[in-house]
Amino acid sequence: MKARELIRLFELETAAGEKGLDREIEAGYCGDLLSDVMANAPRGAVWLTVQSHQNIVAVAVLREMAAVILVNGRPPDEETKAKAEEEGIPIFVTSRGAYEMAGLLYKAGISGNIG
Amino acid sequence: MRRFKADLHIHSCLSPCGDLDMSPRGIVEASLQKGLDLIALCDHNTAENVGAVIRAGKERGLWVLPGMEVNSYEEVHSLALFDREAQVLEMQTFVYNHLQGTNRPELFGEQVVANEFDEVEGFNDRLLIGATGIRLVDIINKVHRLGGLCIASHVDRPSYSVVSQLGFISPGLEFDALEVSPRTDLEKARKDIPGAADYPLVTFSDAHFLKDIGGVCTEFLLDHPGIEEIRMALKQEQGRGIVEGPCGN
Repeated sequence: MKARELIRLFELETAAGEKGLDREIEAGYCGDLLSDVMANAPRGAVWLTVQSHQNIVAVAVLREMAAVILVNGRPPDEETKAKAEEEGIPIFVTSRGAYEMAGLLYKAGISGNIG
Repeated sequence: MRRFKADLHIHSCLSPCGDLDMSPRGIVEASLQKGLDLIALCDHNTAENVGAVIRAGKERGLWVLPGMEVNSYEEVHSLALFDREAQVLEMQTFVYNHLQGTNRPELFGEQVVANEFDEVEGFNDRLLIGATGIRLVDIINKVHRLGGLCIASHVDRPSYSVVSQLGFISPGLEFDALEVSPRTDLEKARKDIPGAADYPLVTFSDAHFLKDIGGVCTEFLLDHPGIEEIRMALKQEQGRGIVEGPCGN
């Protein structure tokens, strides 16, 4: 599934990084502790977090993730948006919580493991 | 120039996790016993006990800097250190305006406001343990605008540190120094923590109990105690500096 398909399926708002919308989603990961995400997030993941600081973009690039969904309606910082544009990492926002969002993604066939 | 043994990260009984024995006089006496010359009171998201500790210190010849340990929106702790009580109280207004919730003492601990005679003045009912709604970068900038120093708390710890929360220290964060907790050796910290080599490192006790005060400290070479002098020491300017080697008991 491509990142752009998530928008329609889950009514996500795209906050930044539109040029990365064709990235392929291969897995999912939840985490707000960036040191944990840096160590464990799988390649091609869509990452669910409440963290909105610009470091999330660097972490997403480092782990070669496909997209980031900010849950609980948390908006990204301006710096975060600018970095996401630069790196082409789509940042989505949802009012859903991480648990529900992860459940929906899982049901749609996105697992926690690398394919 | 003189050597000053400094422990600039001490909590009082006003911090929900601070022991009730951490009264203004208790802190001052324990600091003197450990041979400290300079301390800072840094309670979580509040400075209401700062004045009492300053006055208790003055009476006994111990220099006390007004401070606060602020919890950011990203749940990163950092130390805000100032020269004057008025500055930290202005910081406190900023923090209180962005701090929500009510403390539940049975869950988080009592938050005792005391005077310099160790008398209970009241209880703070704010959720001091909570995160403020202020972004880390805005905390750092506010501290600097008020003329203070901003030091990242316990960067080696797995929780509430800039490294645990944000993975690494991004260049836009203008910390004046990083604090390494007693659990990690400074050399090891400099080598292992991403980005740490670019900052001056200090180590303080983060004491929540009297017995921990001055367990580790940082020895500064200063002309006199004060924020500008410490700023120069961190940058090793004009003969000011950090004395290498063990400090503490």
